[in-house]
Amino acid sequence: MKSDRHMENERWVACIARIREDADEGAFAELYEHFAPRVKGFLTKSGAQATLAEECTQDVMATLWQKSHLFDPARASAATWIFTIARNRRIDALRKSQRPEPEEISWGPAEPPDQADVLALQQESAALAEAIGALPEKQKALIEAAYYADLSHSEIAEQTGLPLGTIKSRIRLALERLRHAMKR
Amino acid sequence: MKPEIRHHLTDALLMAYATGALPEAFNLAVAAHISMCDECRAQLGAFDAIGGALIEDGQAAAMPDNSFAACLARAKATPPAAAPPRTNGVLPAPVRAYVGGDLDVVRWRPVGMGVRQAILPTDRRATARLIRIPAGVAVPDHGHRGTELTLVLQGAFLDATDRFGLGDIEVANEDLQHTPIADVGVDCICLTATDAPLRFSKLGHRIAQRFLRI
Repeated sequence: MKSDRHMENERWVACIARIREDADEGAFAELYEHFAPRVKGFLTKSGAQATLAEECTQDVMATLWQKSHLFDPARASAATWIFTIARNRRIDALRKSQRPEPEEISWGPAEPPDQADVLALQQESAALAEAIGALPEKQKALIEAAYYADLSHSEIAEQTGLPLGTIKSRIRLALERLRHAMKR
Repeated sequence: MKPEIRHHLTDALLMAYATGALPEAFNLAVAAHISMCDECRAQLGAFDAIGGALIEDGQAAAMPDNSFAACLARAKATPPAAAPPRTNGVLPAPVRAYVGGDLDVVRWRPVGMGVRQAILPTDRRATARLIRIPAGVAVPDHGHRGTELTLVLQGAFLDATDRFGLGDIEVANEDLQHTPIADVGVDCICLTATDAPLRFSKLGHRIAQRFLRI
């Protein structure tokens, strides 16, 4: 049985495929309605003012349209791919820094991804989201601080007043829990 | 063919790269290692997936009413992005982008004992440099105030901890005082990223340090 999350993941993958194949504006509208407010929420939590967050969100979603042929559903869920685009936009626009990307593995006209790989990846992404939701609150809060505010461990220590060692060990525990959950 | 890599990135570095918390020089070293290492690439995929899950379940903030039409117009105004062209060379693609080409265009500067370096332009929170150590030569004994990443791009080096070959990355911090020696055979070329000046044991090196930005 597919979980709701898994079915939703597959819906977004199908939307991106429709953009790639047919420049389908309806599919883009569906993705936009779901993800644009979440990207704006992410950028706002990262410290962007509303206008800048909206501007950057439009950039992120426009990038999705333009790069739809580079999305590989055997390697990422739509949400993960959108997160990476939003993160890069944040580094560029808010942090005024650069984040070089690794060299891509696959080149040229990509072969269509294996459907079994796509299924497995989208299922795993759903399971990971469940596992994050089930983390103890203290651990989850630190993971969120790291991702939303792109804070280093020592910056989190400064803001929370927690000792650096506590932060490191809590994050390590959180990652161990996630790994354990993903093995089942 | 992929090199056999035995020294990998830590969880902390991979997560910081995924969240965007690293200085540019560290981003470059991480991106260069991942270009050569499928294991760390897969790990990074997992850290990116955490970000995806958080966005999916995170707080939504309403966009203005007309924003979809504006976004669609923006999307269609620019042609689709092309995949970056594939190139072959000694340097991984992210490093080539900073050098402006492959090894043959690196502008080396001597730093003594036959060792040469080239500092790459990154933001000032940390320093990225290419270092070329002649086969069999030792880099002066030094410790670290912050974190130093050393990625092998050609040849190999040895220090008290282990041997580091093609694609291996050493993550050194305050605890490590070491004298890296380039292995015999070919010159060892490394990409390093440091967030604080190195500490050399001898006074002579400390003075040179101020002029050479080591």
